[in-house]
Amino acid sequence: MSSKSEKIGEIIAEHHGREGPLLPILHDVQEEFGCVDAESEGLIAKGLNLSRADVHGVVSFYHDFTAEPEQRPVVQICRAEACKARGVEAIMEQARAAAGDRVKLHTVYCLGLCSVGPNARVGDTLHARLDGPALAKVIENA
Amino acid sequence: MADKRLIRISDDALARALGADKLAAAYEKKGCEVHRTSSWGMQWLEPLVEIDGIGWGPATLEDVDDILAGNGDEICIGPIAAHPFIARQQRLTFARAGKTRPTSMEDYAATGGWTGLNRARQIGSEAILAEVTQSGLRGRGGAGFPAGIKWQTVARAAGPQKYIVCNADEGDSATFADRMVMEGDPFLLIEGMAIAGAAVGADQGYIYVRSEYPDAIRKLNEALQKCRDTIAPFRCEVRVGAGAYVCGEETSLLNSLEGKRGEVRAKPPLPALEGAFGKPTVVNNVLTLAAIPHILTEGGASLYEKLGIERSKGTMPIQLAGNIKHGGLFETAFGISLGELVNDIGGGTDSGRPVKAVQVGGPLGAYLHPDQFDIPFDYEAYTKADALIGHGGITVFDDTADMGAMARFAMEFCAAESCGKCTPCRIGSVRGVEIIDRIRAGGRTPDEIERAPQMHNAPRHGRSAGDEIGLLTDLCETMKFGSLCALGGFTPYPVMSALKNWPEDFTGKAAAETEAAE
Repeated sequence: MSSKSEKIGEIIAEHHGREGPLLPILHDVQEEFGCVDAESEGLIAKGLNLSRADVHGVVSFYHDFTAEPEQRPVVQICRAEACKARGVEAIMEQARAAAGDRVKLHTVYCLGLCSVGPNARVGDTLHARLDGPALAKVIENA
Repeated sequence: MADKRLIRISDDALARALGADKLAAAYEKKGCEVHRTSSWGMQWLEPLVEIDGIGWGPATLEDVDDILAGNGDEICIGPIAAHPFIARQQRLTFARAGKTRPTSMEDYAATGGWTGLNRARQIGSEAILAEVTQSGLRGRGGAGFPAGIKWQTVARAAGPQKYIVCNADEGDSATFADRMVMEGDPFLLIEGMAIAGAAVGADQGYIYVRSEYPDAIRKLNEALQKCRDTIAPFRCEVRVGAGAYVCGEETSLLNSLEGKRGEVRAKPPLPALEGAFGKPTVVNNVLTLAAIPHILTEGGASLYEKLGIERSKGTMPIQLAGNIKHGGLFETAFGISLGELVNDIGGGTDSGRPVKAVQVGGPLGAYLHPDQFDIPFDYEAYTKADALIGHGGITVFDDTADMGAMARFAMEFCAAESCGKCTPCRIGSVRGVEIIDRIRAGGRTPDEIERAPQMHNAPRHGRSAGDEIGLLTDLCETMKFGSLCALGGFTPYPVMSALKNWPEDFTGKAAAETEAAE
């Protein structure tokens, strides 16, 4: 028995008895392995007595679950209306230059800091009132 | 120590994003006692440092000593509670904002916490339902459905198991009031849910929070842990979303809660009768549930009913965002005009340029022109103007905004976030992007197939920008009336309002003038 199946078994056991346990399980698996790959989908399906297609359907629906782990640091940049109104599009070129191939820039729609944009998030740390150089610095430190 | 000064700094995610944690640490290092409170909602002043009711903001690490010495005049705003932005508000839901420590049971109880729940338990289900109905409270998530009617439906539904589900999937750009409640006053929301439970006979609640709000999730969990005995026999649990905007739609949220794809369900059956796990369920927005504890205090319902205008009763926490000088949370009775909100309270644009457009109600709300600034904040008045209040978010744009690009983005956003269940939304949004691109390119020439000699009936002249606009209008009509939920159904609002008010941003100035002349 691989360590992966053991770990996933533990996660499933932890959520046993909860109503609608699939999303909490997927969050934990994504957190643990950085992705929910096909092998994990199969194990989760077996554990919950669902079909693999059911689980895959859920995994592929949500932006938070990925099929492969992201090796690079990820910087989320909000590009929704309020941040557009505050000029995020004008600094994206600088952001891309700062990121290069080293950092993955991920567009999100709204971090909830809509009066002090442009905003970015790295892990659970939020950054607000960014201009071009400040955003570039966030990306360089990611 | 006599000079152990009490410093209050918000631990709201917005303040933290702007360096509040470092400020707090600096004051602690100086030997001060630091209380991390909720945010007053004056976001342009964050991080705001408060000593004995006097505020300094936005404060940086360089200001730490000046503020302690009572200097720092250039960033001092005087007594915070007397600041015009605060003094002009009528805060019921946000009565504690800036004043209490979010997860302190002590602070909550000392400021009237749990009185609504205690009274609700005494007066019983029927009386609670009557008071909520009397208050005139309508769902604050966007649809504006009367909360009392929804609760009555669930209360009358048969079944041993019922649920209270709080929709905290606040995905709309320009909205952050839910976040501020969850981060700033989590017990208030929990109390509202417990009252709802007592009213309809539900003993289990779920708060479905979007994953983009880690601070809110952490604080809710902490608060739930602390008040478990107070709200018993009602139980409540936080569930975390997974980055799907559409899960803010109630039936999609229920599917997600059940561990399914967040696809929209057809209605009927109403969630009130067959909601979470097929059981009768109250699904309410954070602001709706957070308004409840006040309504259930002695005389709260009739006070609530007296506020507001027409059929829009009570107060609305309005969120001022985007390119605005004084952005933040402004709770006031319904009826205030848009111009007053944007110009008087918001202080116009942050960039100092003229206001070009204001989007009310998030990504699915219409773009309003400054000519429409006299419109009162009222559900029906906005509907009449082909617009919506939605969750009360207001995004201001200055004259550099390209409204054609914003209309395109509305379609692009719908395409990215569509759950895919209904065709007008799934396909219409993609076609919408393409059509707007063609309008902005000035139409298109006939393609290879249209030019083929066999195609006798195909037009030989391609399509002009005007033809494409006709097509877009038709498409929007189909999306508006043919979509299952508000995502596809309301995306036409920003698109068509942008097209109507700023046609020159679609076709170029010259073409727009010719069209207007015709």
